[in-house]
Amino acid sequence: MTRTGEFVQRLVLLGPGLGWLALFLLVPCGVVFVYSFFLRGIYGGIDYVFTLENYARALDPLFLSIFLDSAKIATLATLLALLVGYPAAYLIATGPRRWQVPLLVLIMLPFWSNYLIRTYAWIVLLNREGLVNRALGGLGLIETPLPLLYNEFAIVTGLLYGYLPFMVLALYSSISRLNPEIREASADLGAPAWRTFLRVTLPLTVPGIATGSVFVFVLSIGNFITPDLLGGGRTVMVGNLIYDQFLSARDWPFGSSLAFLLIGVMMLLLFLQAWAVNRSQEAGGGRD
Amino acid sequence: MRAGRRWLVGHLGLVYLFLYGPILVLVALSFNKSGLPTAWSGFSLEWYGRMLRNQAIIASVGNTLIVAAASTLIATTLGTLLALGLDRLRPGPLLEGFVFVPMIIPDIVLAIALLSFFTLIGMTLGLHSIILAHAVFNIAFVCAVVRTRLRHFDRSIIEASIDLGASEFTTFRRVTLPAIFPGVLAGALLAFTLSVDEFIIAYFTSGAGRASTTFPMQIYAMIRFGVTPEINAVATIVLGFSFLLILLSQRLNRDATP
Repeated sequence: MTRTGEFVQRLVLLGPGLGWLALFLLVPCGVVFVYSFFLRGIYGGIDYVFTLENYARALDPLFLSIFLDSAKIATLATLLALLVGYPAAYLIATGPRRWQVPLLVLIMLPFWSNYLIRTYAWIVLLNREGLVNRALGGLGLIETPLPLLYNEFAIVTGLLYGYLPFMVLALYSSISRLNPEIREASADLGAPAWRTFLRVTLPLTVPGIATGSVFVFVLSIGNFITPDLLGGGRTVMVGNLIYDQFLSARDWPFGSSLAFLLIGVMMLLLFLQAWAVNRSQEAGGGRD
Repeated sequence: MRAGRRWLVGHLGLVYLFLYGPILVLVALSFNKSGLPTAWSGFSLEWYGRMLRNQAIIASVGNTLIVAAASTLIATTLGTLLALGLDRLRPGPLLEGFVFVPMIIPDIVLAIALLSFFTLIGMTLGLHSIILAHAVFNIAFVCAVVRTRLRHFDRSIIEASIDLGASEFTTFRRVTLPAIFPGVLAGALLAFTLSVDEFIIAYFTSGAGRASTTFPMQIYAMIRFGVTPEINAVATIVLGFSFLLILLSQRLNRDATP
């Protein structure tokens, strides 16, 4: 093909989509980045004076603790998703082939349905008069209703519920790529099942673990809806904090700096994840 | 080993219970006459009737359908072209990564970025700004779905078409498009579903007026300011629709899923 032909093709195929993303993703993020170095105006606008104050404020113990709490909650949700998701993904991936896709679709179905409504379901289940408390009371296990809602427990449960399907999917795609003969070889050489799992299966599925964990963590730490609805109205996570700066406190520059710190944490994790996947592929762990 | 597998089967059963239990509770409650989770007081469609008579809900559904249809149309066109371009021209990992960004950027960050941008250029906010915003993440998802389809696509039929004298455009229309069409349709369905469900970006880019309240914004308001049993009926309908659309999308793209 001629050089002009290729240029035209490039323009027609890539131009509109990339142009859209540049205009409505890259430029807006650039605006937020620039805002994060300005001062808040007296009436909630922006004073165009360069400052690093917003970033300094974000590291103030008060706000830093919200970042750390968010990280703690996201870590808990990720670990639980991994613990619950791995056995499920393992069973699906090593089971009969014709069952694999239906079982996986059944896992993913809730993931693609309305997140607000799935979160709302936990308000119904966990409140003082909710089904969980009534069931526990009915069984005589508790005397007074447990405070299950509007705390970190509820948030972690909500996040686990929201993102477990994603974890299972990531682990499944990693486990199903393993050649079953490797496991059989280990068993033939006399390794008990648990040792085969720990020394063979688990190390070879590190890419899936890394991908699933990083995504669940990233989706959790930047979440707004779950802490907002299940956290009881207090500012518990960084997503709520950013929201407040934009819609209540009207301090857009500070909110912008928080958003960029959040993006920074995410980029770092995604970079580490890509590195982990690449490294294990170079070591011959993954087949495509 | 067999005993171990039995434990795993039990575990998987509990996972499904965890995933579907809460949803089924909402569905059951939507038919509960009293509407309360405290006791079953008989089967009733009353909450569905109330939902249909609620003008705010009906208006918000209309808005959401407009936003979803328009953003899906934009995203399907641009996302498909983008997928073809990435597949054919291989512009490098940086651009590939860039296209992927809208799928993972926290909603709240995209929401405030777009609000800042729209405010800066002095654009009035409304349904049109939500459409522009929703197209951003929808382009990425359509592109991803179509690319999966393209990976299973035998390129030699394109060469055959060109060798037989068909123009670039004719080849696209008569050969490439029909081959990837199930993927395009699956991507469009996914985009539509995502747009119908999206809350936080719509909330930030809709402006202050109630005229551009979308359905998820309405649901959020209902949850946030007093739980009424109507929500259960709304939830049941929404879950039913999204399950239907996703299953349809899965079915269309079945050949391409590994």
